Amino acid sequence: MFEYAPAPESRSVVRLQPAYGLFIDGEFVDPTDGDSFPSINPASEEVLAEVAAGGAGDVDRAVRAARTAYDRVWGPMPGRDRAKYLFRIARLIQERSRELAVLESLDNGKPIKESRDVDLPLVAAHFFYHAGWADKLDHAGFGPGPRPLGVAAQIIPWNFPLLMLAWKIAPALATGNTVVLKPAETTSLTALLFAEICQQADLPAGVVNIVTGAGGTGRALVEHRDVDKVAFTGSTEVGKAIARAVAGTDTRLTLELGGKAANIVFDDAPVDQAVEGIVNGIFFNQGHVCCAGSRLLLQESVADQVLAALKRRMTQLRVGDPLDKNTDIGAINSAAQLARISELADAGTAEGAQRWSPPCALPDRGFWFAPTIFTGVAQSHRIAREEIFGPVLSVLTFRTPAEAVEKANNTPYGLSAGVWTEKGSRMLWLADRLRAGVVWANTFNKFDPTAPFGGYQESGYGREGGRHGLEAYLNV
Amino acid sequence: MSERVAVRKTYKLYIGGKFPRSESGRSYLVQSGENSTANVALASRKDARDAVVAARAAGSGWAGATAYNRGQILYRAAEMLEGRREQFVALGIPGDEVDAATDRWVWYAGWSDKLPQVRGGVNPVAGPYLNLSTPEPTGVVAAVAPAAPALLGLVSVIAPAIVSGNTVVVAASPTDPLAAVTLAEVLATADLPAGVVNILTGRIEETVPSLAGHRDVNALDLTGVADAELATRLEVRAAENLKRVLRPVPAHHDWYADPGLARMTALLETKTVWHPKGG
Repeated sequence: MFEYAPAPESRSVVRLQPAYGLFIDGEFVDPTDGDSFPSINPASEEVLAEVAAGGAGDVDRAVRAARTAYDRVWGPMPGRDRAKYLFRIARLIQERSRELAVLESLDNGKPIKESRDVDLPLVAAHFFYHAGWADKLDHAGFGPGPRPLGVAAQIIPWNFPLLMLAWKIAPALATGNTVVLKPAETTSLTALLFAEICQQADLPAGVVNIVTGAGGTGRALVEHRDVDKVAFTGSTEVGKAIARAVAGTDTRLTLELGGKAANIVFDDAPVDQAVEGIVNGIFFNQGHVCCAGSRLLLQESVADQVLAALKRRMTQLRVGDPLDKNTDIGAINSAAQLARISELADAGTAEGAQRWSPPCALPDRGFWFAPTIFTGVAQSHRIAREEIFGPVLSVLTFRTPAEAVEKANNTPYGLSAGVWTEKGSRMLWLADRLRAGVVWANTFNKFDPTAPFGGYQESGYGREGGRHGLEAYLNV
Repeated sequence: MSERVAVRKTYKLYIGGKFPRSESGRSYLVQSGENSTANVALASRKDARDAVVAARAAGSGWAGATAYNRGQILYRAAEMLEGRREQFVALGIPGDEVDAATDRWVWYAGWSDKLPQVRGGVNPVAGPYLNLSTPEPTGVVAAVAPAAPALLGLVSVIAPAIVSGNTVVVAASPTDPLAAVTLAEVLATADLPAGVVNILTGRIEETVPSLAGHRDVNALDLTGVADAELATRLEVRAAENLKRVLRPVPAHHDWYADPGLARMTALLETKTVWHPKGG
């Protein structure tokens, strides 16, 4: 194998301010009853900027700004004009995509090739897609004149900071709602840059408000009496707490939560393609993916062959500097997440599964975890049941299609699943039986603004994307 | 000649296609027609759990039946209900309500093979993939029928749940349960597979909390829960396994109006399947 020379993406395109306020009513303001905290680069632990932590009073101010904007500007505005603002935002994202991609990699730790080639194109596409809906809602199949809900409270996770922002804000605005969005506390910076883009687009003040902070800020937002809608992406545990918090109110709720997806490989699947799909399924974005293919189900007759090819492929993965264009696996997003991954991996070993990682030098500073697979995993093991949210794959085997279905569905989650087989009838038979909101057949981790995404069971409810996603923000 | 002595009916539960008494052996008294009374089964928490087992067991067969088949069976329910119109009138259900309930079965019957077309389709993704979204049933639905109208309200809760392949456990109107048990007889003769619909009579406060907290129930329809505090408690319990929740419907709701799609779509999951295209 030949050596790679370093190929770093320049970070000079990003001009960070030393500190950021909250984005409320079209302006950056200091928190009135909040605090501030540093946002760090997880690959180096350097402080990138100081970010405001909004308190309950700040949340209230943001909700009131959103309400006023809804009542006076955004609600009454014709759909064709809302569309133009969204098209403007989509264009600005395309124009500033390099800046956004570099900042995303700096703040989140994901490889630049992913933020540049996956996240940012999808973010722009999401705004483009929804922009077009804004003046066509009468024809979306919900009857004539579907009405927006009002003010949407949106809370997003740290794994795809800007993409999750797009999934939340684009449909909400297209349907005529105004929003208060809280980014994850470890990844606020691209949301704040997005706030600048809203200013640049001359989006009316108060239509988008961004209140940074941690769990307490999110709780204040969810429990605010004047929000009409709560949309949350994050852990199942917090999702349940939110469902309890809005019980008995008129607040509408959609939840995009955890997963423990099965990636099922049959003996007739082309091994090299399947291995690429397995690697993409679990090591894409360091495995910080709710729909990651974290349980590999191999048909027994090909298990040894696929595992050998998988291990060979894993030795080629490059772990390191997220800004290096050759990097495959970047930094774990935070010390807390690294601790959780390490704890679950240790539990895998303690419960008797066999752990393997390729030889892999990790940087001295920052948060890193080598790509890891566990073989000899039983369904009862924690690593087969709990979401690890890291680059850790649990390998199980099966003999018959029926056993594959039973094992794949043996989880309280139901977000996604993968199937690898050349036999079309078997693929469709499985797709019918897998209790999951997204089934990738002979592919994995594909996303598109036109394709509804969301889970069954404890992976949440509601869909994002496509015509289905509009419904979450309309009174239908 | 003396007047013929009438044969009165025993009103029991409907679970797994059978008509058992409550396992608790309890019953409660309700007025039956103008001048007689009936002892109606007072369902227990155990009866509710048994009903969930029956509904779960029926689930894969009913969801796996063809849409055409499900539509035929729902239409058959309309036929059976039409034939028993006078029986419901004798129980005090207005004739107009029986007719509306019959028509509601007909309306929903026609939806079985149209809902997937209206609610699904091809997504034009930006890449060489076939991308299909299809609606699927959520699973086992626990429902509380409105207290009134006893028959039309009950049909309006059951039909939108089962037309797409869900199975239900429904708590009937506590004050007016006779129509519910008689509707069970309609369903039992409509070729509806055992366990697809299970009907409990008795107290909402007794049976529904165990359904709301049940880990093998996928959705909770609180339509008939009039007590707001109880409804909130039930919704909180439902969060334990993230059941899909339909919130209570106001007492003044017009059950004769066009129901729209909302009751059906609230009990659906959307599955999106991707497959590459290649030569």
